[in-house]
Amino acid sequence: MVVISDIIVLGVQMLLVLLLAPLLTGFVRKIKARLVRRQGASVFQPYRDLLRLLRKEVVLAENTSWLFRVTPYVTFAAIWVAAALVPTFATGLLFNWTADLIAIVALLGSARFFLALAGMDVGTSFGGIGSSREVMIAALAEPAMLLVFFCIALVAGSTQLSTVANFMGSSYVGLRVSLGMAVIALIMVALAENARIPVDNPTTHLELTMVHEAMVLEYSGRHLAMIEFGAFLKLLLYISLIACVFLPWKIALFGTGPLAYAVGAGAYVVKLAAAGFFLALFETATAKMRVFRIPQFLGAALMLGLLGTLLLFVSRSF
Amino acid sequence: MPSLIDLVLEGRTSRQHMPWPRTVVDASVWAFAANELAQGRWSLLGLWGEPSTAHMAIIDRDTTEIAVVSIDCPNRAYPSVSKHHPPALRLERTVNDLFGLSAEGLPDPRRWLDHNHWGIRFPLGDRIDALSIAAPYRFLPVEGDGVHQIAVGPVHAGIIEPGHFRFSASGETVVRLEQRLGYTHKGIEGLMRGASIERAAQLAGRVSGDSTVAYAYAFSRAVEAALQLVVPSRAVWLRALLAELERLANHLGDIGAICNDASFGLMQAHCNVLREDLLRAANSAFGHRLMRDVIIPGGLARDLDAKGQSAIRAALANVQARFPELIELYDNTASLQDRTVGTGTVAAAMARQYGAGGYVGRASGRVFDARRAPGYPPYDDLRFEVPVLEEGDVNARVWIRIREVEQSLSLANQILDRLPDGPLRVPVSAEAGPREGMALVEGFRGDIMVWLRLDGGQVDRCHLRDPSWFQWPLLEAAIENNIVADFPLCNKSFNCSYSGQDL
Repeated sequence: MVVISDIIVLGVQMLLVLLLAPLLTGFVRKIKARLVRRQGASVFQPYRDLLRLLRKEVVLAENTSWLFRVTPYVTFAAIWVAAALVPTFATGLLFNWTADLIAIVALLGSARFFLALAGMDVGTSFGGIGSSREVMIAALAEPAMLLVFFCIALVAGSTQLSTVANFMGSSYVGLRVSLGMAVIALIMVALAENARIPVDNPTTHLELTMVHEAMVLEYSGRHLAMIEFGAFLKLLLYISLIACVFLPWKIALFGTGPLAYAVGAGAYVVKLAAAGFFLALFETATAKMRVFRIPQFLGAALMLGLLGTLLLFVSRSF
Repeated sequence: MPSLIDLVLEGRTSRQHMPWPRTVVDASVWAFAANELAQGRWSLLGLWGEPSTAHMAIIDRDTTEIAVVSIDCPNRAYPSVSKHHPPALRLERTVNDLFGLSAEGLPDPRRWLDHNHWGIRFPLGDRIDALSIAAPYRFLPVEGDGVHQIAVGPVHAGIIEPGHFRFSASGETVVRLEQRLGYTHKGIEGLMRGASIERAAQLAGRVSGDSTVAYAYAFSRAVEAALQLVVPSRAVWLRALLAELERLANHLGDIGAICNDASFGLMQAHCNVLREDLLRAANSAFGHRLMRDVIIPGGLARDLDAKGQSAIRAALANVQARFPELIELYDNTASLQDRTVGTGTVAAAMARQYGAGGYVGRASGRVFDARRAPGYPPYDDLRFEVPVLEEGDVNARVWIRIREVEQSLSLANQILDRLPDGPLRVPVSAEAGPREGMALVEGFRGDIMVWLRLDGGQVDRCHLRDPSWFQWPLLEAAIENNIVADFPLCNKSFNCSYSGQDL
């Protein structure tokens, strides 16, 4: 019985992230539109976009290899798995023993690796530009993220997300400078990884300024649907991750029953909405950085992560 | 040093050319003029052709005297100006494409407007059959380790005009940008030949959609100069009002669009609201949002009634009230300033050499505004400043626009306050015999030059020179050593016309 209910809860979690991801993006877009006095598309527009793309024919360049065709599925699968591993409304799910911070970094890293390769596969100049910029960003974002995770792991005594969330939800944490640095660094990395302003502009039509969009410029039809869906999921994943680690408020603990799960789910939606709103607000109030400014931006995230980790060691030695 | 007047006295002066002199010179005087241009005492205003004549309009930098020199070329050849003075290069290539007049010693003989899609060559000259397959267009070679090419356009992702940009980049740094334009060639100069003045005025208003008032203004002034018409003063003042409204709307749109290219959409949202407000006021006052076909030779097609006047006043007051906050927003957004300051710098010497008009020239220290000098009514009666900056970067071009918005607001209000009553137009009489006229009018991009010859109520030859001719090459220079990703921002800060230069 326990196993069955565990599987059900896990299934709900996997479906929940899938269902909520387009809504979150639609919500952010809507808020952004309202902030600049536009009507904006419906919050359900991303679902319609995905359906439209799925029905469309795929156009492939003559010189594409198998890599180009499998990449959308590989990246989507990797991101979905990663998103499903992060505790959203409940901790201690069936596969939570695999929900390791390092594993999530690895999953996201492999998704990006394939996408960068696919960007270069067709041989157009934009794909190459996009891939080179993406990898430049990743080269700094990944270590920064790892350092943030080390910092968290040192505080919580584990890299397992369920344990971390349980610890952070308890009263042992207190106020720590290291965690403050870690959360800022993680938000910076999340902005960069999700191709948001100020690092990239997800809505631009200017092909020369694109990073993520330039890389996937050659995709169409269901391939593009998979990549877009992956991007929606990734945004949800990062917000879930930040919420789970730094704001585990009302998250249902292992085996606390359906009511706690429902409360957890409600709290999770509220957290997503709040994060989406602040993201939209921030994006409206900021211009995009010059490409060569990005290393400095991510370098700051890296340093914050490093400083947080070092501070922990220093404070411990006394 | 000889002045332009001395040059004019050298040759055979055309009696019918108004208001500035035109003189037919021989090859040595022509070459002398080209050399003076290269020395920098004079600036090139335009260079255009006829089946067996080449013309060149020149302005003296210090005295702002203007003259046209012409050279007869029975052998279909004339000494190249661009050999000494590079700003003439694209103009000479165009003269060759349209008329088959070749510039002797032209440094770059590739075609410019002719993309071998016309079926014929030299459409305004000999009209010979084109070869079905032409040699591919060769871009200038760039060599070096790791230099790669990025081809952008002519079809772009946004709703903009078509143009091809070939970047040679080393990593992210642009080593060279080469433009290829001509995709919106409409054959306007061909359509102008033999057109009635009325139709020609409409054609002129359609050269570049965002400058339709300025083009109609310039064309009408050229016709009036040729026929020596005196326009009623109410029309003179209303024309300036139309021109300032167009300038306001375009500058507001540009300021927003430049910020949007740095992904700061907030500014664009605000600017577009103001722009839209102005366009709606123009629509209710003049019956067309962009005020097309309102200015006609001899005067104005429709009058401004009291209702329209109050609509324009309300729109102006709205901009006046809300624009200062936007300036503050622009100035106080550090992330935006980080993008615009120091990006895409045009050296002052380049702006001077190319005689770049408008905000491109004025942001790089070139003090020139056709409303001030040579000047035309009613601007000599109005108070306004010509803002000039020295930095030459994207930020400076934005600031010039901001200052010009303020000046235009003041000008429009002055005009509305002092608008005289009276008739709106004089009839345009068809006089026999060739009459030549020329006009220089400040559009929002810069000075638009129109030269024409009328014969018996018909246009015999009309040349319209967009300010973009002398701004596009500067964009190539400005982007050098910037990064590829900054090109859209630089390009938008220039906002050159494709349609106006493709003709």
